[in-house]
Amino acid sequence: MTATSARNERATVHPPRRYRSENGWGTRLGAVVIVLFCLLPFYWMVVVAFRETAHTFDTTPWPTFVTLDNFTAALSTSAGNDFLAAIRNSLLISLCTTLVAVLLGISVAYALARLEFRGKNVVTGIVLGASMFPGVALVTPLFQLFSAPEVGWIGTYQALIVPNISFALPLTIYTLTSFLNDMPWELEEAARMDGATRGQAFRKVILPLALPAVFTTAILAFIASWNEYLLASQLSNRRTEPVTVAIARFAGDNPYIQPYATIMAAGTLVTIPLVVVVLIFQRPIVAGLTAGGVKS
Amino acid sequence: MTQAPSETEAVVLTTGTPDRRRRDDGRWAWALIAPTLLILAIVIGYPIVQAVRLAFQADEQLDPATGFFEEGGFAGGSNFVHWLMQDCGGGAGSCPPGTLGSEFWSAIGVTFFFTIVTVTLEVALGFWFATIMGKNLWGRSVIRASVLVPWAIPTAVTAKLWYFMFADNGIVNSVLGQQIPWMTGVWESRFAVIVADVWKTTPFVALLILAGLQMIPKDVYEAARMDGASRWQQFTRITLPLVRPALMVAILFRVLDALRMYDLPAIMQGASGGSPTTTMSILVTADMRQGNFNSASALSTLVFLVIFLVAFVMVKFLGANAVDQTRAGARPATKEKTS
Repeated sequence: MTATSARNERATVHPPRRYRSENGWGTRLGAVVIVLFCLLPFYWMVVVAFRETAHTFDTTPWPTFVTLDNFTAALSTSAGNDFLAAIRNSLLISLCTTLVAVLLGISVAYALARLEFRGKNVVTGIVLGASMFPGVALVTPLFQLFSAPEVGWIGTYQALIVPNISFALPLTIYTLTSFLNDMPWELEEAARMDGATRGQAFRKVILPLALPAVFTTAILAFIASWNEYLLASQLSNRRTEPVTVAIARFAGDNPYIQPYATIMAAGTLVTIPLVVVVLIFQRPIVAGLTAGGVKS
Repeated sequence: MTQAPSETEAVVLTTGTPDRRRRDDGRWAWALIAPTLLILAIVIGYPIVQAVRLAFQADEQLDPATGFFEEGGFAGGSNFVHWLMQDCGGGAGSCPPGTLGSEFWSAIGVTFFFTIVTVTLEVALGFWFATIMGKNLWGRSVIRASVLVPWAIPTAVTAKLWYFMFADNGIVNSVLGQQIPWMTGVWESRFAVIVADVWKTTPFVALLILAGLQMIPKDVYEAARMDGASRWQQFTRITLPLVRPALMVAILFRVLDALRMYDLPAIMQGASGGSPTTTMSILVTADMRQGNFNSASALSTLVFLVIFLVAFVMVKFLGANAVDQTRAGARPATKEKTS
């Protein structure tokens, strides 16, 4: 616990009180500008999602003509959209990806943080290289591989989960290595002196202490996987597509009218749970983001 | 990178000879790493090899004698010439305007334009955000929380959100009182993509810079003030040099990310190519969707080379050594705090 909480504290350390007097109007105004910059577009999406379709382009800045119709429309399957199925797909894909990526990530992070072995730098280099690799270079070969008759993976969940794991892995490895570096390893050594095996010492002593870090990493990996679009748009079909793809090609009943309000409702449905989770676990997430230093 | 075993080493030595421990460690390490390397080999290693192989193959052709499709065989560098020289079979420059073959250089230009503009804006804005977020303000946690919102929203949703706000009768035009064609004009649509990207990513850059700023010990500033350094001098002589490692890592990651930009322009402006916001990545998928696996592979190989080259130049000449500095950047501060 100590190491993680020390890290969390670092992210929220308050400068001494006496700096407060130096905060002029410029700083306070800046703070307001930042909050508006970040929240206004999101606020507008939610407002329009709750507004009657006829008033989609109203400019009243607060909710008017409130209705749930757009949400009903977003969830209806009449225009060939099956949004609930897409949410289920996303959940399944992201949960599987997160589970595997975190399990593999812990193994590699433990090796990098704790063990002495030749080739450590090579492994780090491979992981870093993987995180910089352009996803689009994978699309064509993976499409061909997955659509080969002997593989036949197009339209399956594993076709989306396996590539997603490889995207999430660098993230989980970096974040967890950086957390594990701060663990009180003396406790593990003590356990081993008392006769515990390496595995037992890790499971019984270090893992419980590392759980908050693992949980943070899992949230980061889940969000990264939930947001993936490029590969999903090429490797999924109507049955397996995740919400990002479903939203991108959202069609209304009338092919000539963009169903803006319905799309905003769908976007709100996908985003609100994510935003709630992020706000609840704000501190560990910021710590994790900056610890890994990797893109999310 | 290699973290020398710390004070715990002494304890370790009593449980085995150093040699035995090293052998033991090595076996454990590779057993733990093997599954990850296997997945990376399948999902990233295999595609690289396969992409390069496909890039040198010709398309399947209908054999007039048998009536069957035949493997195209070795095509030399023709797929690369197709893109680089805009050669659609009739020599250099023979790709008619409007075909994907004629779009390579414009896609490169658009991608680099997006990269330079968005990263510059995001770093400048992010720096400003970070300075304000680091201050002891009432409502600090509100700022921190709101900064995470754009980051958490999926890019696909971000694209649709700005698509709606930039619509002809959308809120942007209403507020401006203008009729700007954000979704059809050449520069207008590029501008729209840039705004959406800056909105989505600035918070992330700000958090990375803030982490870097918080690693600077406060007493350095105190000492500088005692010596009569002005605010500007403190910024250029202390803040900038000390935040540079974190800043360079943030810039490197953002540049590589922007070079592979796909979701925002693809969803806001279309992914079939031929739009003023067609990036390198969009061009690859557009070509693949037309069934041109070989030229798409050649293009994705080119994209990979371009990104690799940029990363190499940045690491080599700008000192953005991510391998050392992600680690170095993450370590010293915690050391300070815990010791």
